[in-house]
Amino acid sequence: MSNQPPQNNTPGHAPAGSLLTATDLRKTYGTTAALDGAHFSIHPGEVVAVMGPSGSGKSTLLHCLAGIVTPDSGTLTYDGRDLSAMSDRERSALRRSEFGFVFQFGQLVPELTCVENVALPLRLAGTPRKDAERTALSWMERLEVDDLGPKRPGEVSGGQGQRVAVARALACGPRVLFADEPTGALDSLNGERVMQLLTEAARSTNAAVVLVTHEARVAAYSDREIVVRDGTSRDVSMEFTR
Amino acid sequence: MSIGHTLLGLLEAGPRHGYDLKRAFDEKFGHDRPLHYGQVYSTMSRLLKNGLVEVDGTESGAGPERKRYAITDAGITDVEQWLAEPEKPEPYLQSTLYTKVVLALLTGRSADTLLDTQRAEHLRLMRILTDRKRGGDLADQLICDHALFHLEADLRWLELTAARLDRLATEIRR
Amino acid sequence: MSALDDLRLGVKFAVNGGREGWTRTLLTAVGVGLGVALLLITSAIPNALTARDQRSAARGEFGGHSVEKAGPDTLLVGSFSTDFLDHPVQARMLRPEGPRAPLPPGLTAFPKPGELAVSPALKELMESGGGELLRKRLNGPVTAVIGDEGLLGPHELLYYQGSDDLAHRPGSTHRISSFQGVEQEGLDPVLLLLVLVACVVLLAPVAVLIAAAVRFGGDRRDRRLAALRLVGADGRMTRRIAAGEALAGALIGLAVGAGLFFAIRSTAGLITLERISVFPADLVPLPWVVLLICLAVPASGVLVTLLALRGVVIEPLGVVRTTKPVRRRLWWRLLLPAVGLALLLPMFGQGGDGGDFNRPQVIGGTALLLIGVTALLPWLVEAVVAQLGSGPVSWQLAVRRMQLSSGTAARTVNGIAVAVAGAIALQMLLSGITGRYTDDTGADTSRANMSLNLRPDSRAHNKAGELTERLAGIPGVARALAVDQAFLGGSSEASDVFSELTVGDCTALREFGAVTSCKDGDVFLTRGNETDGTSTPAGFRPGGRYYIDPTVGPTTGLALPWTLPTGMPTVESKEGPEGYRRGGILATPGAVPAAAREAYVRAIYVKFDGSVPDAPDLVRNAVYTADPLIHVSVLSETRTANRFEQIQRGMFAGAACVLLLIGASLLVSQLEQLRERKKLLAALVAFGTRRSTLGWSVLWQTAVPVTLGLALAIGVGVVLGMVLQRMTAVSVGIDWGPIAIMSGIAGGVVLLVTALSMPVLLRLMRPDGLRTE
Repeated sequence: MSNQPPQNNTPGHAPAGSLLTATDLRKTYGTTAALDGAHFSIHPGEVVAVMGPSGSGKSTLLHCLAGIVTPDSGTLTYDGRDLSAMSDRERSALRRSEFGFVFQFGQLVPELTCVENVALPLRLAGTPRKDAERTALSWMERLEVDDLGPKRPGEVSGGQGQRVAVARALACGPRVLFADEPTGALDSLNGERVMQLLTEAARSTNAAVVLVTHEARVAAYSDREIVVRDGTSRDVSMEFTR
Repeated sequence: MSIGHTLLGLLEAGPRHGYDLKRAFDEKFGHDRPLHYGQVYSTMSRLLKNGLVEVDGTESGAGPERKRYAITDAGITDVEQWLAEPEKPEPYLQSTLYTKVVLALLTGRSADTLLDTQRAEHLRLMRILTDRKRGGDLADQLICDHALFHLEADLRWLELTAARLDRLATEIRR
Repeated sequence: MSALDDLRLGVKFAVNGGREGWTRTLLTAVGVGLGVALLLITSAIPNALTARDQRSAARGEFGGHSVEKAGPDTLLVGSFSTDFLDHPVQARMLRPEGPRAPLPPGLTAFPKPGELAVSPALKELMESGGGELLRKRLNGPVTAVIGDEGLLGPHELLYYQGSDDLAHRPGSTHRISSFQGVEQEGLDPVLLLLVLVACVVLLAPVAVLIAAAVRFGGDRRDRRLAALRLVGADGRMTRRIAAGEALAGALIGLAVGAGLFFAIRSTAGLITLERISVFPADLVPLPWVVLLICLAVPASGVLVTLLALRGVVIEPLGVVRTTKPVRRRLWWRLLLPAVGLALLLPMFGQGGDGGDFNRPQVIGGTALLLIGVTALLPWLVEAVVAQLGSGPVSWQLAVRRMQLSSGTAARTVNGIAVAVAGAIALQMLLSGITGRYTDDTGADTSRANMSLNLRPDSRAHNKAGELTERLAGIPGVARALAVDQAFLGGSSEASDVFSELTVGDCTALREFGAVTSCKDGDVFLTRGNETDGTSTPAGFRPGGRYYIDPTVGPTTGLALPWTLPTGMPTVESKEGPEGYRRGGILATPGAVPAAAREAYVRAIYVKFDGSVPDAPDLVRNAVYTADPLIHVSVLSETRTANRFEQIQRGMFAGAACVLLLIGASLLVSQLEQLRERKKLLAALVAFGTRRSTLGWSVLWQTAVPVTLGLALAIGVGVVLGMVLQRMTAVSVGIDWGPIAIMSGIAGGVVLLVTALSMPVLLRLMRPDGLRTE
């Protein structure tokens, strides 16, 4: 599903072997600049933490990288393809098949059962219901929530729900997993468990993880971090630890 | 905390007498533990010996001998190196970090960079601890968690300081 | 804080709660207001009709004593009506016979001979471009306009004309010394039933709507109340605050309703329904109804709110629904319609024998059946939705959502279901009644389009021949046929041998019997007529002696003896142009004594060739000139067919309005629901959900409950309609056309609501929703 080798025809300015690269991204909401020249790159199998104070533009960076939001300017390359040149339809298709998402909360459809929630991205991509739910269940097993299958999100705890969300994000075999404060609503113990399961599962499928967090202990699950301040990103770890 | 580096940093603003140095240090960093005059003199003579400061002039008067010290180029380099080098992450190093931040602001260096560097260093250690926790038993995990929580507290303080650097800068330069 | 303070706080929240609070209050107020306005109008209609009756009585001439002799206080009144285009114009000739003759209301002085006093609407009609023929017909200067107190409604067409040669002709004129009307006949029980059912049908969805309106934005309010609990309000206080909010909405709704009522009332003068128009000033609601509305609407608003809060515990940290959703039970829900049916069943067939319906029973039964829909629908939706299986993702999302909160889904369409059920039942009753009240007149419009009768006392009676010729010469008239009629009896007074005598030339006689060879002087005996009830012309023997115009009843007849000729062939009678068979004798003028002419009612039949549109009014003008008191009837194949058309159209319009109103409330709750799910929608879009998938799921969510609601509504509506048809003893039949129309309108409302919620859905699906603050 996701284990095809990275393509070599990446544009010149992208670091070699990089799966997702952004240069000089700018995005303005009204008059406030959310991103003001941000750079980013990630390799397959890498976990990168995006850190920074609230309001610094972390989430906007994630939304731009995932093709949810189109940046005002800058280049955005995924797997050799220019994301900013894609239509909304193409980007939606890309998000369905190549990307996975975990948010802080409010992402599980409350009226669907957990297993239906996990199967949702697969079904959206056209997998028949039975197959989708079988795959979903196997992912729930990996995240140790397979017993929650027939329950509704309202009936499970926050940590369990977040693990269901991780299972859903991974179910479609994404090559990049975007996680925006995935443990933000959880206590330490549950947060740690979710991070452990998330990074392990991502590593096992060689998926890259973009992890937006303001918590150092969560960021410690990453391979390196970049810091966003006032809309600009600094790839600190590239300079000092690598 | 390195008193030598701190005094050197204070001298970067301009030559001072030993007594002035003590007063400046006490005002900015020695809230609860003022420096002894003797400490100043012994430190200054060590710095003098290492060529990091020089005597700018001597005033004779009623009291003790009053030397005016100035920082040398070697001294400036030494301060710069000290500031750029991240502290080994361990609990309770706020005072050192605080001194560094203030000195960076006083001497017109980038405090942001200093904080980023320190954060990266902290995270590096936290990654190692997190990794160890992954493979370790419960005791290991608890020990690592203890350290992780303390390091996280440091980092939180760093973020907080970073957020308030501007205010700090105006207050220090006053 | 005292209870009153809590209420006041709630009121403050309702009017002071920022934009959202305002929107919610406004929606509630508009919903309640529309309902209140409808209630007020309904309650004002009886008053308007009473005022109308009173005015009608004040100017009537039949109720007072008719005076035999002319005196100083007598007035000679000739009442008649003349049609212009499709408008019937009421007319009165006035001839005061003394200085103290009574003046009709609305006049300040009697019009002088030839002068006209006209109603404002008639004045307008006469002065309009097409009014030329009417001006010519009335032929007099307009010197006065009749005041409102002399009119039944603002659009009534009426005039008084002064006369100095009006003669007293019993039957066409009255001599009176005061105006006084006769007591109005009570409404036909079947029509009364129609009115009652129409009121219930219109008001039932309004009640449902009011109940829904006070619940607008309930979830949001619950959360606000939770925040109040956090700062120390207890459960009782939150309930009182909620009651205060509902109260505010209902009170503003009352004001809106009053405003709407006055707005509608001021336009009431512009509307004419069934040729009835009302003065806005007459639309005064009954005081006790106003009082009841003022008390009941706020009270029910508070009650509904408290009922809705019954199953909810508002905790400081959020809202908990305590009542574990129990499976809805069917039996008590069936009880409502069952009781309704039980109330209606005993009245089967009563409309046929002209018996009165028990009003409370009709209202109660109909209302219970309709309200039963609102009780059955939640159960139905729950039962059906639970069975719904797999499908595409959009379907799955919609089905699961409905399974989780089928109550909400059902509640929103309750109004639609009640409105449609009521409209269908009413429609069935209407079409049944229309069939009953419309009869085939049998008139043959290929032979004649208009007919008029000159009675012996008409001043044109002896000029019938000339009039016929004049009418035949009017452009557009194909032919004018004259025939004279009288009665023929076996003795000079009432006897068993009694039939009609029809006198005319051979051409005219061939219209009434299968006459073959004919010359002046011939007489024919008819067979197969209907009027004397026998198929054989028994009693009339050739050569026998009979009496033309025998004395029957109080008026003295001519009783002119006449011997039937011996050679008298018998012919089969034939339906005349007006649609019935004449009996007795057909005779040519030469066979009848000339003196018989005085007893004749002379009929003229006019047939148009269709080339001149004004021909009917040209004919009326000619007849009017001959004698204004002669009424010209238009022959049509069916009668009263269009009588219910307007009611029917009005009903469709009303139902469409109610449905639109409900559509608006559906839209509001839909948008509220969507807004609540902002974050979820954004997350769904983030992982690549197609916008169309979400759009379809919104459509399903509306369409499924509406479809179920419609199915139930059709079922209940047809049952109620059939019951009503049986009650009025008309043949039971289902008219699928209106059902299709109502379903179509309801379906259109669903599509409209979905279409209107799309922009909001698209906006909410933008990634902004992902931003945490």
